[in-house]
Amino acid sequence: MKLSILLFSAAREIAGCESFELHLPEAATVAQARVALLQSLPALATRTGTLLWAVNHDYASDDRVLQETDVVACFPPVSGG
Amino acid sequence: MIELTQQPIDFTLLTESVRSHQAGAVVLFLGTVREFTGEARTAWLEYEAFPEMATAAMQRLEAEVRAQFSVIEVAMSHRYGQLALGDIAVAVVVSSPHRAQAFEAGRWLIDTLKHSVPIWKKEHYADGRMEWLPAEPVKSSGAVSHSETIDSEQPE
Repeated sequence: MKLSILLFSAAREIAGCESFELHLPEAATVAQARVALLQSLPALATRTGTLLWAVNHDYASDDRVLQETDVVACFPPVSGG
Repeated sequence: MIELTQQPIDFTLLTESVRSHQAGAVVLFLGTVREFTGEARTAWLEYEAFPEMATAAMQRLEAEVRAQFSVIEVAMSHRYGQLALGDIAVAVVVSSPHRAQAFEAGRWLIDTLKHSVPIWKKEHYADGRMEWLPAEPVKSSGAVSHSETIDSEQPE
């Protein structure tokens, strides 16, 4: 399946784009998406610390199973306020 | 009332939105853009948001604060975009029958908002440097000393 990963903050700047397309097996998990994203954009691993993942506007753990219709986002720890 | 906005925060409107005859206390917290952090001099701040999720996260916070504390009304607003020194970046306000609950709920709300709502700030320093700020370490409200309390009352 094709998934577009929304990127924010330092992750967006390092990638140079607001979203990045991944090709993943059906029923892939967040953990698999993480591996695929870091393979495509290795600079993300070194420059942003731990990346957080969100699915459909809520935080998601590594074992969350993804569907092609999900809104998936990846970003560094938040620093608002 | 929950708001994510690129316009200046109207904290009077926000405060009025929680007032009621059931309330004996209203607590308002404002986070404002600070010029100096130690030796580093800030020129301005840039806030980036994931708007749909930030709004959803603030709605979840409202439900949680209502479940955990005896509050009457809750309101919060976060601004994003370019902010100048002294600008209000965030406002939270709660009303409660008594002040202890209002302070407690307000403190929990701003602390939890800073750790959970997908918004990021980038410092633009007076010397031209810029950097995305790291997240604040998570700490429980009860364990925070007075000096840390003062620190946390301003955007880092």
